[in-house]
Amino acid sequence: MFDFEFHNPSSLDDALQMLERYGDDARLMAGGTALVLQMKQRFAQPAHVIGLRPLAAFSPEPAEGGGLGAVEETGGAIRIGSLCTLRRLEDHPLLRARIPLLAETVSRVATRRIRSMATIGGGLVNGDPNQDPPPALIALGASVELTSPSGTRICPVEELFIDYYETDARPGEVLTAVNVPMPEGDTCGAYLKFLPRTAEDYATVSVAAVVSRNPDNTCRDVRIALGAVGMTPVRARAAENILRGQELTEDAVRAAAATVPDAVDPLDDFRGSADYKREMAGVFTRRAVLQALSPSGSSTIPSPSGRGLG
Amino acid sequence: MVKLKVNGEEREADAPAGRLLLDFLRYDLGLTGSKEGCGVGVCGACTVLVDGELHASCITLAVAVEGSEVTTVEGIADADGRLHPVQQAFIDHGGFQCGICTPGQVIAAKALLDFNPQPTEDEIKHWMMGNLCRCTGYYGIINSVAAARDTGNRS
Repeated sequence: MFDFEFHNPSSLDDALQMLERYGDDARLMAGGTALVLQMKQRFAQPAHVIGLRPLAAFSPEPAEGGGLGAVEETGGAIRIGSLCTLRRLEDHPLLRARIPLLAETVSRVATRRIRSMATIGGGLVNGDPNQDPPPALIALGASVELTSPSGTRICPVEELFIDYYETDARPGEVLTAVNVPMPEGDTCGAYLKFLPRTAEDYATVSVAAVVSRNPDNTCRDVRIALGAVGMTPVRARAAENILRGQELTEDAVRAAAATVPDAVDPLDDFRGSADYKREMAGVFTRRAVLQALSPSGSSTIPSPSGRGLG
Repeated sequence: MVKLKVNGEEREADAPAGRLLLDFLRYDLGLTGSKEGCGVGVCGACTVLVDGELHASCITLAVAVEGSEVTTVEGIADADGRLHPVQQAFIDHGGFQCGICTPGQVIAAKALLDFNPQPTEDEIKHWMMGNLCRCTGYYGIINSVAAARDTGNRS
């Protein structure tokens, strides 16, 4: 591999100072699953790599880890340190109990080996539109904390993605945490990943849906987000607008899903033609919303009534 | 200088920042058990444990895991040479054909039994999904992991 300098910061402040010092010549590395590949393939040739692993404060025990890898409940939300690996998230008792949709979603990423390396924050700043966590985080209304020497700002995950592999994380900023609000009331969700090739592949299209219901089976709120259908993850607002306030019948869901092919702009690739993905985006949106509403859905969010505990 | 604890021993070698963990193990330390298959983290032939967690050593920088404990296929047998139950089961139940993927398969299976000592067949298949066998000897591999489970495993 080409020559570069590797740095092990001793603290977040240390890492921020290094970022300031080396500027555009530096890249942060969390799990490295994306960056090392990009470096092997010469897509990235940083002169300085700042390794964040020491800041996760992981040890073989306890299972949770600390530092920037900690997972904790903070007033109505679960705050996930950006260096928490996907493997820790998929096994995390708090996440599995309170937001199983997210635990289920991260368990669909690649293989157990990759999930043991890749971190939630590293994946987000990589800005790859084919990843699994972003649609689920957008549907759940999650936001990220971006920390720089001048402080921390909050950015909704939905607004983090600007273009293909391009995010709103600005020079000098480190993504330090992901805050996921815990769903309230009768709220259910599902994440569907269409995988016509192999089980560990990226999705051909993926859809996350989170639906809140009123007691009369009308839709109180709904958020639908798709992955692998454009330059960034895409929120299906037209479909949401059709459902919001309406009775949640199969016909209503069908009508909402029918708007999705026009809302996405997929790329032709070996996972399918753009037209095929456009059509599948509609099909999988319908299925995701119906699964969210079904009492037997596996990727659901527990509600006080117990419905959707799957 | 890169310093790592490998299979319980402190090891060090002069290596550039770009040295991959796999190459560090094979060429700097002479531990050639871990293999390079795809080189992009997909096939599992280079699987090692870093602080007990599965890692693709072909996309891990050696310097990035300094201070961590690395376990390779060379490090799981007893000090007296008695094979790990997973290794013995792979021999007894034909868990390999050409053998290139085997060190990764063995490490992945050991990690599974450390995490879940009594996996069902579906859990074995799901977990081992990340380790490809181009000889397609999957039944032998699944049978071997199940046998290791049933003979009782130790870490």
